[in-house]
Amino acid sequence: MTVFFQSLVNALQWGSFYALIALGYSMVYGVLMLFNFAHGDVFMVGAYISFIVATALTALAAAGTIAIPGWVVLLLTIVCAMMLNAIVGIIIERVGYRPLREAPRASAAITGLMIGIILETGVLAIMGAQRAKFPSLIQSVTYDVGGVFITNKKIMIVLVSIVLMLALDQFVKKTKWGMAMRAMAFDYTVVPLMGVPANVIAALTFAIGSGLAASAGCLFGVAYPVLDPYMGIVFGWKAFVAAILGGRGSILGATLAGFLLGFIEIFVALIFPSTMRDFIAYSIILLILTFRPHGFFGEPHSARLRL
Amino acid sequence: MTNQQPEIQSNGPSKGGKGYFKAFRSYFSCVPMLGWLAGIIAAVLFERFLGDQISELLGLPKIPVLFGCMIMLKDFSLIPSALAFLVGVYFIPILLVGRALAPVFNGLAGMIYKISPMFSVVLHLALLYLALHLWADLSAYRLMTLKFTLVAVMLTLSLNVINGYMGEFSCSHPGFMALGAYAASVFTLVLFTNDRFFGEALLSPSMGVYFFPVAIILGGFAAALGALVIAIPSFRTRGDYLAIISLAFMFIVKSLIENLEVVGGPRGLGSQPNYASLPMVFGWTVLCIWVINNFVRSTLGKALNAVRDDESAADAMTVNTRRTKMVGFLFGAFWAGAAGGLFAHILRYVNPASFGLQRLAEILAMVYFGGLNSVHGSIVGAVSISLLGEALRPLELFKWIIIPLLLILVMIFRPTGLIAFKEFNVKQLVRPRN
Repeated sequence: MTVFFQSLVNALQWGSFYALIALGYSMVYGVLMLFNFAHGDVFMVGAYISFIVATALTALAAAGTIAIPGWVVLLLTIVCAMMLNAIVGIIIERVGYRPLREAPRASAAITGLMIGIILETGVLAIMGAQRAKFPSLIQSVTYDVGGVFITNKKIMIVLVSIVLMLALDQFVKKTKWGMAMRAMAFDYTVVPLMGVPANVIAALTFAIGSGLAASAGCLFGVAYPVLDPYMGIVFGWKAFVAAILGGRGSILGATLAGFLLGFIEIFVALIFPSTMRDFIAYSIILLILTFRPHGFFGEPHSARLRL
Repeated sequence: MTNQQPEIQSNGPSKGGKGYFKAFRSYFSCVPMLGWLAGIIAAVLFERFLGDQISELLGLPKIPVLFGCMIMLKDFSLIPSALAFLVGVYFIPILLVGRALAPVFNGLAGMIYKISPMFSVVLHLALLYLALHLWADLSAYRLMTLKFTLVAVMLTLSLNVINGYMGEFSCSHPGFMALGAYAASVFTLVLFTNDRFFGEALLSPSMGVYFFPVAIILGGFAAALGALVIAIPSFRTRGDYLAIISLAFMFIVKSLIENLEVVGGPRGLGSQPNYASLPMVFGWTVLCIWVINNFVRSTLGKALNAVRDDESAADAMTVNTRRTKMVGFLFGAFWAGAAGGLFAHILRYVNPASFGLQRLAEILAMVYFGGLNSVHGSIVGAVSISLLGEALRPLELFKWIIIPLLLILVMIFRPTGLIAFKEFNVKQLVRPRN
C-alpha cells in the first residue's frame, strides 16, 4: 500500500510536467487548429532560460549584495522564465506559423518540426554539449507520512502546476481575451471578421503555451537538475499524445490526460519491467483512442486537413 | 498610368537576367534524355581516367568525393580549385556532349522510341545504372551514399502516397521501416547465415542472394500487417487522429523491438549478409517508382485524390472511401517496409534507436521539401536532402540549422513543396526533342 501511495505521489509530479506541456499543445491546437511540433523544444528552451536566470540570481545572492531566500529566487526564476519564453513563443509564431496561416496545415507542422531542430541545435551551439546542472534553489526536506516519503519539492511542483492551470482556466473563462480565444476556437474564419484581432490572439496563444512550457521546464529543473538540449523531444511528443487524448482545445482534458499519462507511465514501470513502459503506455492510449477517437472532452468534428 | 511608368523600368534588369536563363534553356532544350545520360557517362568516364591527374593539377588532395562539397567546406582556400574541378570534369563534358551530339542522340532516341517506348525506357534505365555504377565505383563512401539515397527515394515516395496523395498525416513510417528491416533481417539471418543470434543456417548460404527479394517482400508484408493495426481504428473517423495513432504506433514498435531479446533488444541486430548490392538496390528503387507511379495514376489512385479533396463527394460518386484509404495506407506501408529491409542489408546492422523521431523528421522533411502529390517531387526531395545532409557534414552542428532553415523557406514560399501536384510521365521523358 505504501508503494502504491509513493507511486501516486511520483505520478502526480511526473504528470504535472506532461499536463503543463500538453496545455500549450492543446491551446494552439484549439485556437489555430495546428500541431505546434516545436513545443517540446520550447519546453527545453524554457528549462535552459530558467537555468540561466537561476544561476544568475544565485550568483547575485552569493555575491552578498542581497540576501534572497531560496523560494523567492525560485519564484522570480519561474516568472522571468515564463515571460522570456513567451517572447520566444511569439517569435516562433511570427516566423514559422503566421506566413503559413493559409497554407496546408501539414506544411505548418513541418515548419514546427524544423524550428524544433533549430532550437535544439541553437541551444547545443550556445550552451555546449555538456549537460547543464540546475542550481538547487530550495533545501530539500522530506516528510514521512505513514511510510510514504514526500519531499517539499514535489508538493511545490504539484501546487505550482495546479495554480497555473487554475489561473489559465480563469483567464480563458473570465477575461475578454479568453473569450476571444474561445470564439476563435469555435470558428476560425468568421470570428476575425467580427473584429477579433486574429494575429494578436494567435500570438497570445503561443505566448501562454510557451509560458506554461517554461514553468514546466523550471519545475523539471528543480526536480531533475540535469538538462540537455534533446530532453524536449520525447517530452514534447508524449505531451502531444496527452493533448490529443484530452480532446481538442480542452484545458480540463489536456490537464487530466497529462496526469493520466504520468500515472500510466509510473504504474506500468512499477508492475512490469521498466523497459516495457512505452509499449504498454501507448498500447493503452491506442485502445482509448480506438473507443473514443475524439479524446476525453473533444467533440466529434470533421477536422478537414486543409489540403 | 502614372503608376505603370516605374514598374516597367524596374522590370528591365530582371527581364534581362531571365532572358539569359531562357536563352540558355532554349539552347539546351533540344537535348534528349539520352543525350544527357550519355553526357553524364562521358563525364564520369572522364573523371575515372583523368580525375587523378586533374585533381593533382588543381592542387586537390584527391578526387572530390561528393562534388567537392567536403573539400570546399573543410578548407576554404581550395574552393576555387574544387569549383574548377566541378566545372571542368562534370559541367563542361555533360553540356558539351549533350549539345554537340544532340542531333545524333535525337535521331537515336527517335529510332528506339519507334521500336517500343518500353524498350526505350529500359535502355535509359540501363544507361542511368551504368552512369551511377561508374560514379559510385570510385569510392566506398560514394557507393554507400548512393544506396542510402535510393532507399530514401523509396521511403519518400511511399510516405507521399499517404501524406500527399491521400492527404492524411502519418507519423508511423519509421515504425513500418523497423518492421520491414527486422522481418527481412530475421529471414536472411535464420535461413542463410551462421551467426550468434539464430545459430546455423537452415539453407545453403549460397542460395541467399536469390531469396533476397523474398526477404524484402516479407519485410513489406510485415509493415503492411502493422499498418492494418493502425488503419482499422483510425479510418473510422477522418481528421487528425491518424497522426496521433500512427505516432503511438511508432513508439509501440520501437519499444516492442527493444524488449524482444530474440532480435537483440536495444543492442540491435547485426551481421546481415551482404546481399544489397547496387544493382539490387537500384532495381528495387526502380520497381518502387514504377509501381507507385502506376498506382497513383490508376483508378484507385484517382479515388485516393478524390477522398482527399472531398470525402463525402467521393462517397457520393460511388468511391468506397474506407476501402480506398485502407488500400492506400497499406500500400504505402508495404513500400516503407521494403525500404526498411534494404536499409538493414545496406547498413548490415539495425537497432531500434535508428527508427525514432529523428528518422521521422528526416522522411517528413524529404516529402514536404520535394513536393506533395508528385513522383518527381519525391525523387527530387529525397535526393537533395540526402545529398545535402552528406555534403554539409563538415559543418557539423550548423548543418542542422541550414537544412531546417532551407525547409522553412520552402514551406513559406511554396507550402506544398518544390514540385507538387505534377504527373510523372516516363514516355514524355524519353521522347526525342525535335
